[in-house]
Amino acid sequence: MKRFKDIISGIYIGFIGLILYAPILVLIVLSFNASRSRVTWGGFTFDWYIRLFSNQQILEALFTTLILAFASSAVSVLVGVPGALGIHAMNKKKYGIFMTLTNIPMLNADIVTGIALMLWFVHFIPLGFGSVLLAHITFNIPYVILSVMPRIQQMNLSVYEATRDLGAGPVYAFFKVLLPEMMPGIISGFFMAFTMSMDDFVITYFTKGAGVNTLSTMIYGEIRKGIKPEMYALSTIIFVAVSIILLCVNTLSEKHKNHIVEEKNL
Amino acid sequence: MKKNRFSFKKIAAIIMMAALVIPAGGCGKAAAVGEITVINYGEYLDPDMLDLFTKETGIKVNYEEAITPEEMYTKYSSGAIKYDLVCSSDYMMKKMILEGDFQEIPWDAMENKDNIGDKFYEFSSAFDPGNKYCVPYFWGTLGILYDTTKVKGPVDSWDVLFNGEYAGDIIMQNSMKDTFMVALKYLGYSVNTDNPDELKEAQQLLLAQKPDVQAYLVDEARDEVVAGNAAMAVVYSGEAYLGHEYNNDLAYVVPKEGSNVWIDCWAITKECEHPEYAAKFLDFLCREDVGMTNFEYIYYSTPNEKVVENMDEELRNDESIVPSDASVEKCEVCVQVDDDVTALMNELWKELKSE
Amino acid sequence: MNELEERSSKRHWLATPYAIWIIVFTVLPLIVIFRYALTDSAGHFTLENTAAVTSPINMKAMWFSLKIAFGCTVFCILLAYPMVLAMKHLGLGRRGISLFIIILPMWMNFILRILAWQMILSNNGILNLMITKLGFKPVAVANTPTAIMIGVVYDYLPYMILPIYTAIMDISDDLIEAAKDLGAGSFTVFFKVVFPLSIPGLLSGTVMVFVPSMTSFVISDILGGGKLQLIGNIIEQDFISGNNWHMGSGLSVALMIFVLISMEFTIREEKTGRESVIW
Repeated sequence: MKRFKDIISGIYIGFIGLILYAPILVLIVLSFNASRSRVTWGGFTFDWYIRLFSNQQILEALFTTLILAFASSAVSVLVGVPGALGIHAMNKKKYGIFMTLTNIPMLNADIVTGIALMLWFVHFIPLGFGSVLLAHITFNIPYVILSVMPRIQQMNLSVYEATRDLGAGPVYAFFKVLLPEMMPGIISGFFMAFTMSMDDFVITYFTKGAGVNTLSTMIYGEIRKGIKPEMYALSTIIFVAVSIILLCVNTLSEKHKNHIVEEKNL
Repeated sequence: MKKNRFSFKKIAAIIMMAALVIPAGGCGKAAAVGEITVINYGEYLDPDMLDLFTKETGIKVNYEEAITPEEMYTKYSSGAIKYDLVCSSDYMMKKMILEGDFQEIPWDAMENKDNIGDKFYEFSSAFDPGNKYCVPYFWGTLGILYDTTKVKGPVDSWDVLFNGEYAGDIIMQNSMKDTFMVALKYLGYSVNTDNPDELKEAQQLLLAQKPDVQAYLVDEARDEVVAGNAAMAVVYSGEAYLGHEYNNDLAYVVPKEGSNVWIDCWAITKECEHPEYAAKFLDFLCREDVGMTNFEYIYYSTPNEKVVENMDEELRNDESIVPSDASVEKCEVCVQVDDDVTALMNELWKELKSE
Repeated sequence: MNELEERSSKRHWLATPYAIWIIVFTVLPLIVIFRYALTDSAGHFTLENTAAVTSPINMKAMWFSLKIAFGCTVFCILLAYPMVLAMKHLGLGRRGISLFIIILPMWMNFILRILAWQMILSNNGILNLMITKLGFKPVAVANTPTAIMIGVVYDYLPYMILPIYTAIMDISDDLIEAAKDLGAGSFTVFFKVVFPLSIPGLLSGTVMVFVPSMTSFVISDILGGGKLQLIGNIIEQDFISGNNWHMGSGLSVALMIFVLISMEFTIREEKTGRESVIW
């Protein structure tokens, strides 16, 4: 019975994996296509990879995208996690108001948020990298709060209170009790925020200054004349690089885990 | 607790400051003579040319892209960024000229202005009387790109889109102006009509056609025909050239009922503080070598006669690269910018799309 | 108890930076949108733009958006829940790597991924190539509501998996074992133990999937062939090609009010959910 369940689980995960990765496979294949058109196969080539590294604009956009995604999701976590803890402690009415306000950036169509922020930013900062960053943090925080909140709600706060009653300072109790409990939510919130930031183009398009480009806005600019194959090559590289890093981290942590288990057994 | 909160804020503040400072540091490479901010269509200029321009003149170019004229206008009119130079299409140029958004081109500072053929200054005078504001950049026609293996006989009329013979195999433009233009021309009306009845008649025609349309696409129309997913698509002439490059069975025609000849131009905004820099940039774009490089990057029809002269024989005879006078004769430049007409068209278009 | 309450009331000060952020970057820009929504081009007050949501065209788009959003949410839950259970069953839970596997595809650009789906689903596409190789008749999925549905489910699935994953993964095996020891069958364990604990995650996921899938316009343009309009397409068209910010804002405000009213209900559920989780 257990074995049967294992197999079913494995097959199901494989099926969802196939859905999630099918378009990525297409992108990888396209990165080796010698033809500039995505719908004709012109033979196998490595050209796009070579061209990619001499394409200053793309590399700059990649750099901007990564910095933007990292900084905006980090700030979102720093503002969002205490925010979620605070909101959770509020009474019913305030809780409702805050959660509604949290949902608003998600309720608006991107284009509305983008134009509203653009019109708003004009009043006090010049559009540039900074304005995009502020915009990204704004639409990222809700994702952090929405993924941390379920954890906080499940959390048994009495452990925290007990720790405090036993004389632990709030900072100590926070790091020893609350933070580990919230960690899975924080991590998934961080990555959701990171992903949202990498993917967004409408809000970025309206809040960015002239000359600031992210990969999304760059690709958006290309859709009329056809996506440059260098972009497929870049996607493939990102994909392979992240996968390798993941495997390494995973193997290392496995080893580390086994190590701990061995120690315990001793 | 207090301390904890403080550190959060502090970290956040540091990150924010760093984020605001980093890009500013990136800009100050060498002491530039000055800078100009430019907005153009996406992929409508070889990026290497920007570097070349900066190298030659010391003027830094802040380069922005837009997909549609309307998108460009939204960004421009919000005033969020002060643009010095704008590139857009005929009707948008007219709208902005009427609004007084541009300043006159200092023609005397433009040595290479005569590389652009007189014919094109004549075209642009349709929306820029007296040629005060606009420098033609690229142009072309709108027509039908079709797969000769799937379509019987040579196509010469918009009729193939409406006669139902190729139901499910037709791709139209996902653009209000372009799609209405096709219907108006087929009905024998002007693309610049302001007659609500004619517009409504065009909408009825498009409504009847909708079940036969496979998709309304902007970007991928050409690719769909190349891939054989559809038999024909309404496309810009330049796209047709590229389509033919990828698939030799494709042909392009400007139907006999006439069509739209579009022309994209540059203009200097009234906000521009250094029109001399802007003029230098425009002059640079009109230069023969730069025009050639841009042409080879974009493959749309260039109004630069020097470039046309130096093209390969084969390219020069290609209808989609250099539209013949005969086919252009039947075409109109789109200059309809009346707000009421646009609003009505927008409403009719929405009705069509939601049907 | 007094001290406890005091602490908890102190705790809500933690939300101060967030509150400031919301006011400056959410509420104030929202006022800009409301100002556009409630005025006409001459600057006079009007409710016309907001009321326009009831026009036949907009109602149609709204209805279609609701169908897509509802279907998308249901499919996402149906696909995501077993996925999380399967991951838990195989013990993939505690390792961060499974989280990455779900989110990694989303680090490739959104437009590229949707264009890739277009290539998979188109008439001469990869899917039909495989189907015909297997000896079946090709399917015409491209440019239909089905294609849009596939696109939105694909795009938002990770946003459903992740919150359910965070909610379920740490349900301790001891708890489940204890329930089983007390004689509960698998179904009872699921409905009495696992499912109630996953409700907050499920609700978070629903918010993150339902609303954005209504307002997306790129997916319906590319995969739906521009023949079908979501409310997001209409708003986008009003803002950009119609250059009518008042109308676009008005529709957007109407949409916001509609969703907020329906969510009011959800949040109440969430509150009771929370109570039942803690006590």
